[in-house]
Amino acid sequence: MATIVTSYEPTFWDKLYFPALLRGLMVTLRHFFQKKVTIQYPDTKYIPPEGYRGLHRLNKYPDGRIRCVACEMCAAACPSGCIHIVPGAPPWEDGKERYPISFDIDLLRCIFCGFCEMACPEQAIELTEIYDFSNSSREGLWINKDGLLEVYEMTKDENYYKKQSHDAEMKSG
Amino acid sequence: MDFITLIIICVKALVVFAAIMLTVMAMTLAERRISAFMQNRLGPNRVGPKGLLQPLADGIKFLMKEDVIPSGVDKPIFLLAPVMLIVPALMTFAIIPFGSELHLFGREIQLQVADINIGILYILALTSVGVYGIVLAGWSSNSKYPLLGGLRSSAQLISYELAMGLAIVSIILLAGSLRLNDIIIQQQGHFLSWNVFKQPLAFLIFLVAVYAETNRLPFDLTEAEQELVGGYHTEYSSIKFAMFYMAEYANMVTASALTVTLFLGGWDIPLVNEAALGNLGVLFSVVAFAIKTALFLFIFIWVRWTFPRFRYDQLMRLGWKVMLPLALVNIFLTAGYLTLTV
Repeated sequence: MATIVTSYEPTFWDKLYFPALLRGLMVTLRHFFQKKVTIQYPDTKYIPPEGYRGLHRLNKYPDGRIRCVACEMCAAACPSGCIHIVPGAPPWEDGKERYPISFDIDLLRCIFCGFCEMACPEQAIELTEIYDFSNSSREGLWINKDGLLEVYEMTKDENYYKKQSHDAEMKSG
Repeated sequence: MDFITLIIICVKALVVFAAIMLTVMAMTLAERRISAFMQNRLGPNRVGPKGLLQPLADGIKFLMKEDVIPSGVDKPIFLLAPVMLIVPALMTFAIIPFGSELHLFGREIQLQVADINIGILYILALTSVGVYGIVLAGWSSNSKYPLLGGLRSSAQLISYELAMGLAIVSIILLAGSLRLNDIIIQQQGHFLSWNVFKQPLAFLIFLVAVYAETNRLPFDLTEAEQELVGGYHTEYSSIKFAMFYMAEYANMVTASALTVTLFLGGWDIPLVNEAALGNLGVLFSVVAFAIKTALFLFIFIWVRWTFPRFRYDQLMRLGWKVMLPLALVNIFLTAGYLTLTV
């Protein structure tokens, strides 16, 4: 089927150009008064939505024990091979029989796909909303077990950035 | 001319110079802030309160930068070109009256550096000289893009200077004088006695021509950074580069002030008799002049961030085939009206 394209023949009004120019000027003027989208980063931070895949954390039970049983399912699911777990016997007598002696994640290799989170049978590893964890050295971007548990403490109650902006408000009075 | 008159003239020149330079500084910030606002951004707001010290930071940066003079440039002309551009831009403002007559210690001081009776000719002459700066900068750079920018500038000037001059002619016909003060006096009184309402066509032609004259978008073909790298100032760096920008903004200030003088009654406040208010009225008139000029400066920026650039042939067509005939018709109508009524 051939489509017949009829070109728009400009009328005299169009050829004056000034009405169209004024309409264009009105567009920019409207934007001039609109709310600005800029986030002034270090002062105010972008609050990521639910389900954002940022820095990892290792969850704990209410009694403070680590949920992870060092099954290494996450390491197996990881497409970039960034999770390194050394399993061993736990320091406690009762309860779970396996325990991660060390749990390191190479954040430089991690692609934040969230497969580890999905693979975990104990809901131990989770991705949080934290996105600004840059570092000036490669070593600084290896996060170990203590670091991961610390992230849990920072994010367990409330959105990390909401809490931060709340704290900043409290400080400024 | 006695000694005190000389001092008064020097003070006036200094005040005008300082005012233009301050406005230029403010404009560099305003341009960035307003453009940001029009794109839903914030713009530079870090240096000083609300970013007000940004022009100062920019100035220091420009002074500290390495001043590169490429080998193969025509050195004397290369060094002279920025000066050639900025001097006419500043000189033009000398004859623009920025307030009514000030009475101080029994003296009548006109708020105008020089009251020339052929004021408009002086302006037209100087704006034509201004383009030499651009052409020489393009020529002496020994580089193809600046040369193209310079060439375009001269072609653009020829096609717009005519229409602009002819638009002014219709104003001269109404005022019967080339003195800018006479043109302002002729517009005094009512709102509708402003030349914008008497000569809307001349106003539009003049406005468009002024944008071409100051090399602002939509007519910034001499710079055209997408095609010509930076246009005529591609090879310039450091403070010499800044001088081109200062000249551009100074030209904008002068052009806005001129538009206000010719079409919006200059320092005149409608329905108010400034002379009856004494020196307070003088202050009001200066403020009125500043506000009107600021309005046109805003429009300059507003237009820049709204319209795309004209293509070279479109620019020529607009200049020669639309604006020139329209300006001629306008003169014809004005002259006919004047002969029939007066």
